[in-house]
Amino acid sequence: MFASIVEKAKKNAPSADFWSLSVIESHSEDLSMRQGVMEPLSRDIDRGAMVTVHHAGGTGYAATVNLSEDSIKSAFEQALAFAKHTSKHALFDSRQVPKSAESGSYHTSVKKGWYAMPLKDKIDLLKIASERLHGGQDRIVDWTASLSHTKEFRTLVSSDGQAINQTFDYFMPNLAATAHHNGVTQSRSLAGHGVCRQQGLELLGELDFLGKANTISAEAIALVEAPNCPSGTMDLVLAPDQMMLQIHESIGHPLELDRILGDERNYAGTSFVTLDMIGNYRYGSDLLNVTFDPDVQGQYCSYAYDDDGSRAAKQFLIETGILKRTLGGAASQARTGLSGVANSRACNWNRPAIDRMANLNVEPGSSSFNDIIGSVERGIYMCSNVSWSIDDSRNKFQFGCEWAQLIENGKLTTVVRNPNYRGISATFWRNLKMVGDASTFEVHGVSNCGKGEPNQSVRVGHASPTCLFSNVDVFGGE
Amino acid sequence: MSTDNNMSTSIRFYALADRLTQGLKPREVLTLFYSAEESDFVRFNKAKVRQAGHVAQASVDINLISGKRRVTSSVPLSGDNEVDWEMLVRHLEEERQRLAIAPEDPYLLYSTTPASSEAITKSGLLPANAMVDHILSAVQGLDFVGIFAQGHLHRGFANSLGQRNFFSTANYNIDFCLYTGTDKAIKLGDAGFVFNKDTFKEKIEQAREALPILKQTPKALAPGKYRIYLTPTALHEVFSLLGWNAFGLKAQKTKQSALDRMVDGSSRLSEAVHLAEHTGAGFAPNFQEEGFVKPQRLELICAGKMASALVSPRTAGEYDVPANGASENESPESLDMAGGDLPTSAVLKELGTGLYVNNLWYLNFSDRPNGRMTGMTRFATWWVEHGQIVAPVSVMRFDESIYSMLGDKLMALTSERETLIDASTYGERSTASMCLPGALIDAFSLTL
Repeated sequence: MFASIVEKAKKNAPSADFWSLSVIESHSEDLSMRQGVMEPLSRDIDRGAMVTVHHAGGTGYAATVNLSEDSIKSAFEQALAFAKHTSKHALFDSRQVPKSAESGSYHTSVKKGWYAMPLKDKIDLLKIASERLHGGQDRIVDWTASLSHTKEFRTLVSSDGQAINQTFDYFMPNLAATAHHNGVTQSRSLAGHGVCRQQGLELLGELDFLGKANTISAEAIALVEAPNCPSGTMDLVLAPDQMMLQIHESIGHPLELDRILGDERNYAGTSFVTLDMIGNYRYGSDLLNVTFDPDVQGQYCSYAYDDDGSRAAKQFLIETGILKRTLGGAASQARTGLSGVANSRACNWNRPAIDRMANLNVEPGSSSFNDIIGSVERGIYMCSNVSWSIDDSRNKFQFGCEWAQLIENGKLTTVVRNPNYRGISATFWRNLKMVGDASTFEVHGVSNCGKGEPNQSVRVGHASPTCLFSNVDVFGGE
Repeated sequence: MSTDNNMSTSIRFYALADRLTQGLKPREVLTLFYSAEESDFVRFNKAKVRQAGHVAQASVDINLISGKRRVTSSVPLSGDNEVDWEMLVRHLEEERQRLAIAPEDPYLLYSTTPASSEAITKSGLLPANAMVDHILSAVQGLDFVGIFAQGHLHRGFANSLGQRNFFSTANYNIDFCLYTGTDKAIKLGDAGFVFNKDTFKEKIEQAREALPILKQTPKALAPGKYRIYLTPTALHEVFSLLGWNAFGLKAQKTKQSALDRMVDGSSRLSEAVHLAEHTGAGFAPNFQEEGFVKPQRLELICAGKMASALVSPRTAGEYDVPANGASENESPESLDMAGGDLPTSAVLKELGTGLYVNNLWYLNFSDRPNGRMTGMTRFATWWVEHGQIVAPVSVMRFDESIYSMLGDKLMALTSERETLIDASTYGERSTASMCLPGALIDAFSLTL
């Protein structure tokens, strides 16, 4: 891909210890119907390149939207100037970072491509979904059905002869309904807006997209009629679409090696995890197994290579509750001498790669959903994240969900609204009491994980079974 | 797009708009919103450079309208007008095919009365590498971490009805912390149009003198209710959260605003609370993406009661009310809160015994319809006894209603206010800002 740009780069690359060129092009389309009225048809095309130069231990980058030869040449000059100037102030010597020369490619496996369904048919589908979300019920005061798709092409070449081409299809369908009655407002959505996949339109059938519209509407109405969530310490069962957030905030972020090394102290924060914990720290109970897994078909952040060109492979970060490794790409590995994963990622052509999550999953256990619910004498089952807040070292958290049901004597009973819970990462995972089997395992993701200076918002995938935690502080709204 | 000369950038954009207008079909209307920047970003950790680079980007958002149909798109611009024009001609042909399929939009509203304007500021910025040297020279011996960002920002609007708007500025923003141990830091910022190395150095030296108190054993607080002082920077986080839908008419009409109880009149804030979207005193362009010009000042909350909402053109069409210059997300960009009568110099005395909170972090709603939010203290939070700072405080979680903290439990607002320029760089550098006082609050709930 981008052969002419690659040629321009090779022709104009400076004499330096190392250089690379990253070209990213994306085509996005957003279709949204709100209250039965189509929002403006929207599409977004983006394209640009970043060159990176290592010189005398320093590193510089320059990114440009102008892909002419003069502009690529100018970008190399700017990057080299930054590399030269920062070599005397560099946090670490860029010559210590190993570079891969492996070349390869990757593309999303798609059964039914985005363009295989005519635009008019997609609009008609949204119209049916919109009608089902409202269902003729006055208590539904706002409702939206939407389909979003991005096709992204990424090419990376380097002075070491590396050439990587990757093509991604990201698909994000969503449904949301807000109900209002007697001064109470409640919203329900498709997995808490967490259906984010690398997949084609076949996902709509797998999800039963139109059937889910009926469910979401009915649940929003049930919530406005429901009592507030009770307060107290109790067993907590989390559905995969809330486990997604729990994993993300209290395992993923604290294990990012650049945070542990202090790069994010001014913005995204630090970590309660320290380097000496790796290999021996009990992060959770024996039931906790967490993997960095870029090979899950259909998961949002599957890929073959990260944006520094490192080959990605499945790795256990936490095994039987013990912390084994962190989320550190090639640069962080070189800075610490520790092993890591291929997670050096840039959100787009205009931002440099940093340590990020990608697919970060809790591995399935052996308990069925009925086993889990049946084991709880007094507890609560929560689904679909709606609120998230955690301290800068990723320890003290408070999360809220869209939907909850009480569990009494082993059975799901009353629906309650405004369910929230709070805890401390360092102890919460040690109270993991049961882990659902493969039948409870679901694949989700988020599109807007924020981090980095300059700021970057990236896609992240999280898959998990249903899980049970004991002794959790649960509470409701006003 | 080259920004050696900001004026030439606007001329190139206008020329592109003129040429595209000439190629429109009968009954077609075209609007263009241009966004570009040339930015230097230098990231620091431990008073060393972590990453350094330059970003040149430009794009244009396009609305193609015919009758009641509209399609929107965004494409990158190279800065070479001939190349960009040829690409845009092809792009518009594709858009016409989509326009034929698009359903009619009953809420379509666009600016039909041309209101042109220009605000172009000349650059007084220093070269990036010179700035790196100035910054690192001032922070020698300190654990300095953060980001320096600077460069040109451009926003432009043009439509086929003849309206032309352009906004260009060149500014810098150093957003940073000085650490003195795990979790112990003072957060500072230095932003503006012309960097003064002496002012920056003085700011660093003042912070250097304040660092020793952070080394004291932190005080651990039990959950409970405390009297607190929120600095303007801490209060900024509260209003950043409320900016997420609370002030927009669409959210208010669909019962999804965090200020819903104010909208229906069942609750109110303190009479001391006056909030406005004050574009005239901010740093953002005075026009939005669809060409509507923002009023110089729009009162949002007067004496604790809802005064008006931010209304985007599409919401205006939906609810048949006038638009007031808000963008599609209906969030404030230049929020202005009136000061009170408490001199900043008297804050510690009035606080007496309680918490002095410099920064809040990671706020979110714990019960949005009831205006209840949660979040963390971060960086330098002081425990104060009898008007004297006695110790830093370990991070604490709060969970509190806006109707309490800025309602019946609001004791005072400071008479002095701070202008806080948004350091956000998601996708592009922000032009948002807030001008806020500090707030003294009683019985504030800490929960974890």
